[in-house]
Amino acid sequence: MDDRLNEGAAVSKTLDCRGLYCPLPIVEIRKVMKDLAEGEVVKVFATDPGSKRDFTSWCEKTGNKLLEASEEDGVFTYVIRKTGGS
Amino acid sequence: MAIIVHSGTMDRLYPVFMLATAAGAMDVEVHLFFTFWGLEALKKGGLESARLPGVMRLGTGMMRARIKEARVPSLPELLRMSREMGNVYVYACSTTMELMRVKEEELIPEVDDIVGAAVFLDIALDADIQLFI
Repeated sequence: MDDRLNEGAAVSKTLDCRGLYCPLPIVEIRKVMKDLAEGEVVKVFATDPGSKRDFTSWCEKTGNKLLEASEEDGVFTYVIRKTGGS
Repeated sequence: MAIIVHSGTMDRLYPVFMLATAAGAMDVEVHLFFTFWGLEALKKGGLESARLPGVMRLGTGMMRARIKEARVPSLPELLRMSREMGNVYVYACSTTMELMRVKEEELIPEVDDIVGAAVFLDIALDADIQLFI
C-alpha cells in the first residue's frame, strides 16, 4: 500500500480551533499532543490566517511533522503527526 | 527567552503574555522579570485592573469588550494558560518591591521568586531571546 494513504487514514484525533486567534491554536495543539502516542496523527481546523505560518513554526520547533496544510472557504486544515517530545 | 517586564499597562502586558504563552507552547522556557511599573501586574488584582496608557486609559473598557468579542483571552487567563505549560517562570524584582512598598503577601501566588538583577543576568546570558517590554 501507498504510505501516504496509510498516513491519511490514521487520524486519531480532531482539534477544532475555528474562531481562535494566536496564540490559542498552538496552546491547544500542545495540550492535544501531550495525550497522543508517538506516531499518532491529529487533524486541526483553524480560521486564523496566521495559523499557517504558526503551525509550520510550531512543528519545526517541537519536532512534530506537518503532513498536510490546506485551505478551503477560509478554513485551514492541518494534519500533524506526533514525532516530537510534546 | 528572558523578558524584563517594565510596563504595567495593558497594551504592553498583552505582548508579554502572548509571547510567553506562545513560547511555552513551543517548548521554549520563558523567564519573566517584573520590575518598576511591571510589578503592579503581579499584585493581587493587578492584571485584572491593567489599563491602556495615558489618555487612552479612557478607552480601556472598549478594548476589553473588543478582546472578549474576538475571543482573545484576558490577561489573567493568559497567565493561567502560560503557567499550565510548566515552562513559564515569573519573578518579582526585589528592589522595586522595596521602592513601591509592596509586601510579598500582596503578590499573586504565581510568582516563583523575588530576585535581583544578578538572577536575571544569569538567565539572560544563557537565553537566545532577551526582550525589554
